[in-house]
Amino acid sequence: METKTIDIPVANGDEELYRLRMGPQHPATHGVLRVDLDLDGETIVACHPQVGYLHRGFEKLAEHRTYVQAMVLTDRLDYIAAIANNVGYCVAVEKLLGIEVPLRARYIRTMACEMSRLTGHLLWLATHALDIGAMTVFLYCFREREELLNMFEMLCGARLTTTYPRIGGVRQDVTSEFMERLERFTESFPGWIEEYETLIDTNRIWLKRTQGVGVVTAEEAVSLGLTGPTLRGSGVDYDIRKHRPYDAYEYMDFEVPLGEAGDIYARYRCRMEELRQSNRIIRQCIDQMPPGPIVSGEAPDLVMPIHGHRRLDFQASNSSALIRFMDDNRLYMEGDVYVSTEAPKGELGFYFVSDGSGRPYRMHIRSPSFIHIAALPAITRGELVADIIANIGSIDVVLGECDR
Amino acid sequence: MHILILIIEIAVLIGVVLLHVAYATYFERKIIGHMQVRLGPMRVGWHGLLQPIADGIKSFFKEDIVPEQADKPTFLMAPIICLVAMMTSLAVLPFAKGWAIADVNIGLLFIFAMSSLASYGVILAGWASNSKYTFLGGLRSMAQVISYEIAMGMSLVGVMMLSGSLNLGEIVEAQSASWRSMYIFPQCIGFFVFFIAMLAETNRVPFDLPEAETELVSGYCTEYSGMRYAMFFMAEYIGMLVMSSIGTICFLGGWYGPFQVPFLPFFWFILKVYLFMFVFIWIRATMPRYRYDQLMELGWKLLIPLALANIVLTAVAKSLFA
Repeated sequence: METKTIDIPVANGDEELYRLRMGPQHPATHGVLRVDLDLDGETIVACHPQVGYLHRGFEKLAEHRTYVQAMVLTDRLDYIAAIANNVGYCVAVEKLLGIEVPLRARYIRTMACEMSRLTGHLLWLATHALDIGAMTVFLYCFREREELLNMFEMLCGARLTTTYPRIGGVRQDVTSEFMERLERFTESFPGWIEEYETLIDTNRIWLKRTQGVGVVTAEEAVSLGLTGPTLRGSGVDYDIRKHRPYDAYEYMDFEVPLGEAGDIYARYRCRMEELRQSNRIIRQCIDQMPPGPIVSGEAPDLVMPIHGHRRLDFQASNSSALIRFMDDNRLYMEGDVYVSTEAPKGELGFYFVSDGSGRPYRMHIRSPSFIHIAALPAITRGELVADIIANIGSIDVVLGECDR
Repeated sequence: MHILILIIEIAVLIGVVLLHVAYATYFERKIIGHMQVRLGPMRVGWHGLLQPIADGIKSFFKEDIVPEQADKPTFLMAPIICLVAMMTSLAVLPFAKGWAIADVNIGLLFIFAMSSLASYGVILAGWASNSKYTFLGGLRSMAQVISYEIAMGMSLVGVMMLSGSLNLGEIVEAQSASWRSMYIFPQCIGFFVFFIAMLAETNRVPFDLPEAETELVSGYCTEYSGMRYAMFFMAEYIGMLVMSSIGTICFLGGWYGPFQVPFLPFFWFILKVYLFMFVFIWIRATMPRYRYDQLMELGWKLLIPLALANIVLTAVAKSLFA
């Protein structure tokens, strides 16, 4: 990896660096992120992100649950866009179990996924603007987010922790009132985006705070493992929805907005365009929504019994229960699978090792936030304290997903 | 007898100003609320009218926490310095013709001195709390106040040259010779510089770096609680009032308006002050925050040269036309 060549002021000899521990209780670290900063004046000499304050052991917990039961854990990853996580999980498990999802369910999922992208991006814009000091945008964004959450409530009864998709489909069909309300929303939403843009996009202070700050070149972004809008802001065309389409994305007509400069402003522009594109995708889903079943007949029951002990070597076991289930090896396939989806934050990947017991032997979550936080020191080197706040906002992290 | 009257005058002024501060917070919360598609305070009293009183009582009864590592005497004194300095500058403000407690000849200078003194309170608070955020907040405040005080002082030199006085009452009277009896037209550059410096002096958005909540938690007053925190708060709002009054007196023609309002000689003054206050709040609802180095750049590279140019222009114009 090529390192950035920035003239970093280093304290000489007897001068001590000022260590500022920012977080975990800090109004602007987006949850419980702690960043230890070595400062020379207000210039950041070194930045050490510390994670783990929200660790709940989801990967381990999942090992003791069936695939169906483990899904509720995924709501609590990126809790501001829960459906995107649910869908990512379901797509992975479906691939593992070889389940074909009905077309209508795929459309509904795509629609719900894009709605959750809107909620995620709206919350990002709200907090990012608030971090830079524009407090009105915060409340404007929450106005629209509230409408989306109300629609989630119509869709499945929950606002945040939805668990709406099912392995092999979705839980409930959409109602006609819901579709009408969503259609009205998609009609007015572009106007609202313009409203946010008039407040901040042409503001000189906003431009000064974001342009040329937190620059990541394309090569750097790739080698740091950045994904999602954070990567696309540097001009790398990589969107899983486009390049490895899942659900109904292959039928959708949308563009992948790309930035050039790789600074905070480019990432900001990318996400703002994504809001428009997501709106477009939702619109297409509404228009093309096919009839049919909403859940695959091959899907496992909601309450699935757990049998036998967790193990990798099937032959070594002589549990009769396991043997019975192995007859139905479609559901309890052995092997491993990695599937990634485009969550609002970036590439959300699920890696499963299955031993045929009906529970994941190992579930690993590739969470974009974790990888983005790891890139923070490289991005913020040599910048000022105020920039680290703008940068945390612009790489868009949520600690629930980072710490898992 | 004279002293008694003076004491009564001071008591009335302090009472009025403290009430003003309480309701300025209400004014701000309501306006920002409506700008942000919400209602603002609604619960305490009719349309939340008693909210400031409730807030005052609350902060009065809260525990006054002093951090263990703090430099105790300085820590306790800092908010008092802030508040006293701000309140003292009220003494020279003429709210209407002859309505000033101390009609001194160096009124403008006195106000500068007092607002500089108030920044000592902020710096001492940041230092004495012995916390890293407050320390950074105090440092930022020191740098900000020094650079913007210069710009502000220079922006008012033009006014001093035109009026030929530092007495605030006389500055107002001198403006009646000007068009619309306001100095804002001949002194538009001065007003521009003054307005920006005024925002920075009072630590308001977009220059609220000393207390930038998203960076420094709450800046210099992070460790303060209860009444001592409220003192900083009051000092900030009195600061806003004082700066708005200076703007009104030096550029908007003080208590003179298009027509005389009977029985309320201070009508136009209060109206203009609240116009300033409204703009303060409006800006707070609209603007993001500057970064520290950008703030310094703006102060030293733009405002100070502009203010200097204004002085030269005013001097040339005055010697040509007078």
